[in-house]
Amino acid sequence: MSRAQSDFPRVMPAGVTGLLVSFDSTLSEPGNRAALAFRAAVVAEAWDGVEEVSSSLVSVLLRFDPLHISHAELSSRLTRLLATRRWYEAALPAGRRFWRVPTVFGTKAAPQLEEAAAAAGLSVAEAIASLSQARVRVETIGFAPGQPYLGELPEAWDIPRQSQLTDRVPEGALVVAIRQLVLFSVSTPTGWRHVGQTAIKLFQPEAADPFVLRAGDEVQFFQTTPEALQNMRRDPLGGATSERIRP
Amino acid sequence: MTSLTIHSAGPAMSVQDLGRSGLLDAGISRGGAADRLAIFEGAALLRQSPELPVIEMMGMGGAFSVNTDCRIALTGAPMRAVADGQELTWNASHLLSAGTRLSIGGCRMGSYGYLHLGGGVDGPRALGSAATHLSAGIGKVLAAGDTLPIGPDGGQGTGELLAQDDRFEGGTIRIVASFQTALFSEQEQARFAATHFKRDARANRMGVRLTPPEGGFAPPDGRNVLSEVIMPGDIQITGDGTPFVLMSECQTIGGYPRIGTVLPCDLPRVAQTPAGGSLRFAFVSLEEAVALERAEAARRKDLRSQLRPLIRDPHRMSNLLSYNLISGMIAGDEFE
Repeated sequence: MSRAQSDFPRVMPAGVTGLLVSFDSTLSEPGNRAALAFRAAVVAEAWDGVEEVSSSLVSVLLRFDPLHISHAELSSRLTRLLATRRWYEAALPAGRRFWRVPTVFGTKAAPQLEEAAAAAGLSVAEAIASLSQARVRVETIGFAPGQPYLGELPEAWDIPRQSQLTDRVPEGALVVAIRQLVLFSVSTPTGWRHVGQTAIKLFQPEAADPFVLRAGDEVQFFQTTPEALQNMRRDPLGGATSERIRP
Repeated sequence: MTSLTIHSAGPAMSVQDLGRSGLLDAGISRGGAADRLAIFEGAALLRQSPELPVIEMMGMGGAFSVNTDCRIALTGAPMRAVADGQELTWNASHLLSAGTRLSIGGCRMGSYGYLHLGGGVDGPRALGSAATHLSAGIGKVLAAGDTLPIGPDGGQGTGELLAQDDRFEGGTIRIVASFQTALFSEQEQARFAATHFKRDARANRMGVRLTPPEGGFAPPDGRNVLSEVIMPGDIQITGDGTPFVLMSECQTIGGYPRIGTVLPCDLPRVAQTPAGGSLRFAFVSLEEAVALERAEAARRKDLRSQLRPLIRDPHRMSNLLSYNLISGMIAGDEFE
């Protein structure tokens, strides 16, 4: 593991109005677990002057008003809170769900599967088997509304981002890099490789609960055909189903 | 009910306010006006809340009319504004009569102009704000034929002016080191701070692209950096070494490393720097940055006391005799 116990967790400034509590230098399961639990703990503290608390892959951001509470004061409160528990072994959030999302791997719908498989040292069939059997966790929601970063994939998928951006991938695109998947909630340029296509709408601004996935949920992308996926487009969830994960 | 009709619109006109807070965990950046200071200036000019939604005009205005007399204010990038044959002073409040066509042209300098209405735009809200957030798919750009409801105007008084500052032509932007600054060597950080950048024509509400005169700023191994949280003001260096200042509608997480973060009080200057404008970045300490933010917050709070009566130039008044010269000089609520 790359996490040197002496260096992490670490509290660092994020711009003028943020402090970042980082639990690792690279993505790790214990680091993600720690970030999810620590975020909840900071929210529960409800400190005056703290305007927003959010978690990323292995870190927690506090956005605050430095005219109301100083960096030094907030920093020392965070250090004290960090010392109260073994965050890397914390339980995952309650109410997690397991999602099965129908996905077309490769074809014209996801044109970079071959290239990504080659980068991972796998045949296309092996790549599809590996990606569709992996049960990955929503490590964080971010970049775009309701959009998950999912991991961790088997080591073969430790492939870098592209040096050039792909001009545009469609909404529902499943992309891969650095042992993670991202499932796009918007159409956007990306440096990640487009290996699968789904029909799930992750952000439904008109719905009572506009965001489908939450950090801590687990997801499996099972293979379907382009024709079947086309039929699932009528469903805002694109044929995805979910069940609760028992603690 | 008061409403505003849009007869023509520039390509990037939208309803904005101070944005949405607290949705980072859902992947939604704050959004809101590209130039937040302009929102506060407009609110001071109309003596109303800065929370009321306004119309943001990127590069180019449009033509508007209201169905009942309405107080308006014009702030941000100065644009040529004409109503009823009279040119309207920018950074000032005015009374727009029912049925009169208000025409707002292109920016004279800067990038984002604002049209504020007494009572504010009373448009649809989503997730706690009326701000259009194009990259998140919330709301749409405004177009000819749109009609927007205007909220009840609890204030009174027009004909006031705020002095214009110098944020519309580029300049020096104060930045602080952030948690990824150390990924760049000290030489690269120094080279960054010594570089005169041009604002690229490619800039929008998500980010402003900067063109260095020579060579980019790629750190070692930039393609494998852990994706981390992003906030407006972060200066991201993409794979080819190009810096982007991330703006109000930026993504919330990104994998490209960031060399520093612009002070919130200097972000309006970045937003307003026109294409081709020159920008430099100066690192300041966190203590200095907090002191600068404190001074800016005080200045922003004091905007109403900076209001001056708008003195009309008699040479530009075709109908001088119809003016009530006394009421034009009264601020409106001197007892506040």
